[in-house]
Amino acid sequence: MAPVTMLEAIRQAIFEEMERDPTVVAIGEDIGVYGGAFKVTAGLLERFGWERVIDTPISETAIIGAAVGMGYQGLRPIAELQFIDFIACCFNQITNFVAKSHYRWGAPVPMVMRGPSGGGVHGGPFHSANPEMYFVHTPGLKVIYPSTAYDAKGLLKSAIRDNNPVLFFEHKFLYRRVKEELPAEDYTVPIGKAIVRREGRDLTIVTYAAMMHTSLEAAEELAKEGIEAEVVDLRTLLPLDKETILQSVKKTNKLLIVHEDTRTGGIAGEIAAVACEGAFEDLDGPILRVTAKDTPVPFSPPLEERFLPNKNDILSTARELARY
Amino acid sequence: MATDVIMPQMGESIFEGTVTKWLKKPGEKVERDEPLFEISTDKVDAEIPSPAAGVLKEIKVAEGQTVPIQTVVGVIDADGAGAASAAPVPAAAKPQVKPEAKQEINPEAKQEDEKASPASAPTKAEAAKADSAKAAASPAPAQTAARPAPATAGAGSAAAPQRPARLGEQAGEKIRSSPLVRRLAKENSVDLAQVPGTGAGGRISKRDILSAIEGGGAQQVRPGAQARPSMPPPPAATGAQAHTVFESAVPRERMYFGNYSVEPMSVMRQRIAEHMVLSKRVSPHVYSIDEADVTGIVKLRSQKKDEFERTTGSKLTYMPFFIRAAVEALHAFPTVNSSVDGTNIVFHRECNIGIAVALDWGLIVPVVKNAEEKNFLGLQRAINDLAERARTKKLKPEEVQEGTFSITNPGVFGGLMGLPVISQPNVAILGLGTIEKRPVVVDDAIAIRSMVYLTLSYDHRVVDGAIAHQFMGKIKQILENWSEGIL
Repeated sequence: MAPVTMLEAIRQAIFEEMERDPTVVAIGEDIGVYGGAFKVTAGLLERFGWERVIDTPISETAIIGAAVGMGYQGLRPIAELQFIDFIACCFNQITNFVAKSHYRWGAPVPMVMRGPSGGGVHGGPFHSANPEMYFVHTPGLKVIYPSTAYDAKGLLKSAIRDNNPVLFFEHKFLYRRVKEELPAEDYTVPIGKAIVRREGRDLTIVTYAAMMHTSLEAAEELAKEGIEAEVVDLRTLLPLDKETILQSVKKTNKLLIVHEDTRTGGIAGEIAAVACEGAFEDLDGPILRVTAKDTPVPFSPPLEERFLPNKNDILSTARELARY
Repeated sequence: MATDVIMPQMGESIFEGTVTKWLKKPGEKVERDEPLFEISTDKVDAEIPSPAAGVLKEIKVAEGQTVPIQTVVGVIDADGAGAASAAPVPAAAKPQVKPEAKQEINPEAKQEDEKASPASAPTKAEAAKADSAKAAASPAPAQTAARPAPATAGAGSAAAPQRPARLGEQAGEKIRSSPLVRRLAKENSVDLAQVPGTGAGGRISKRDILSAIEGGGAQQVRPGAQARPSMPPPPAATGAQAHTVFESAVPRERMYFGNYSVEPMSVMRQRIAEHMVLSKRVSPHVYSIDEADVTGIVKLRSQKKDEFERTTGSKLTYMPFFIRAAVEALHAFPTVNSSVDGTNIVFHRECNIGIAVALDWGLIVPVVKNAEEKNFLGLQRAINDLAERARTKKLKPEEVQEGTFSITNPGVFGGLMGLPVISQPNVAILGLGTIEKRPVVVDDAIAIRSMVYLTLSYDHRVVDGAIAHQFMGKIKQILENWSEGIL
């Protein structure tokens, strides 16, 4: 089997789930004839036809609204946001309606809201956002943000089969940059389980999405200096896998959190609180974080590079933490 | 509802146990099966789980006391009522609180009181010691008067010396550490003031505290103690053999001079002492020394250890190589695998190999049973499992019994070789020196080879030098021509 990209892995997940379950439908802008802005849905229309692959006008509100209705009617819609930034248009529907529907009326909304997110591709302030934390703060939703092709496929399948509304973030920088061989047979990856990508003894780096790869590179460099960093990939942000985080912190006694999201209100703060509540007496240093700066994503490429956390930021913070 | 906590019977031939440590204080909550207290018996040390959930109402047997099995050592109140109403019972203090008094005291109010006046509420047996230390050291400095007496004060006696100057500590400056370091210090009774910090800004880091703990937490005699404590009363020894084992070679008076501190032996220490004296008295020890070229095994291990750990989950050590060699040699020379019963020799068919495991608090010899039936991985797993449980006090009594031969490894501490004492009722024990590269003569050339000294201590009543040397020769031959697959 040839290695496949994360983009192809996501396409396979959608394709296989639609094949497996006739109630799964896809809806979004340009997903049919054009095959999607990033070609994630290429070939879908030809295989499944107009009734299950629905092109919409340029209205995110309409996409989500229609998907909710389909969910109520027994379908399992996969709604694509062409760029995840515009999910903000649907904020009221998702937080007030979708997230509370099961809680308030006993009416589950099995739907997946997915789309490309993240920076590093010079997309400017409207096409580079990481809006995950608005939704992590909303009970009733599940939020997934994978870092590898294998996880993207397995988690998207789990999301489609889940009876809850799931947000699925696809880091566009990783779309064609990470590749791996995938199993031929059907598989899923459980929602809500983090994974240790690299074992270490001196400090723990908790991270996700594109920063997982940056953190792994940094960890290899740190190893040359005798600092063994353990890298935990969250994969799911809500529900958060506290157990894996705490287990690692109890082992290494030091915690560094790395994310591409901006600093204030990022998940690093939440994880720091989890560590303090669950492992205070195991901490041998301060909990530190490496994040993007508290500004919109800049349009200027050099400014964007300065804005995003990079390997050197992780290295210097990790060295500081190791010295404690 | 109250549940009695009893001294359990830890093995068939065990009839008493010593409470070494209470892990809960009276008034503290405890879950069912949560470790409640630690005991020490003839065979093993163990943590005893709580028989019920509730509140530890009363401790009836204080730390350090030895009682017969089935004795009630404490009481758990399942309702959680009456928490903190029963006063903790210090050793040799009045064991009962009057029932009338109990009813009058509102438990919460009592706890409030204790919090409000900490100086009047030192814990457990510390009370007596702390009081006397305080009295001697008074007047207390004003700023410390409101704080509870520090635990360290109890270690001193009359005219307790001032705490030695802390490393790098100015008056009023806090010791820089971390939550982890403080927890480890508390658990291991390490005074952080004595630990040099090498972390950022002189902070005491995990590494610092771990090396301080490794270096032995036992406090030395404090310098500058002025008054000489009077000689303590003779220690009470228990057991039938006590008299002969714990006799001293010189009059007691000649041991107590200068500055000193006195600590009672733990139960384990007493058992080791007894056993060593008896073994030396019963078995006439003879020693043979040989050396083996283990270059091949060293290479094999360094090549395979990562793969071994990856595929089996077990660390690869040298010990299974030596056990395998010993088992083969025991089969060839069964006299070495025997016991002596009067004028009978008991030949054991099984090869149950005792492995000496050094502990921070002593030494224990768990037994790899039926080593002759285990493959290489099975031996390695058994060793790792036993050693780990020895260190966490999880061994069962039967796991330290019925050994037929033993191996000890002073080499791990860098020893060139050691001459061990036979572990009874065995007739021999193999000592392993450190494995190191040495120049040796191979085919009239000087070569650098990985060498190890092997020593055998054996009971000359049944094992003669001829047998012992052939036995050692067999071990050497197997080690030097290792052919068995290890995966």
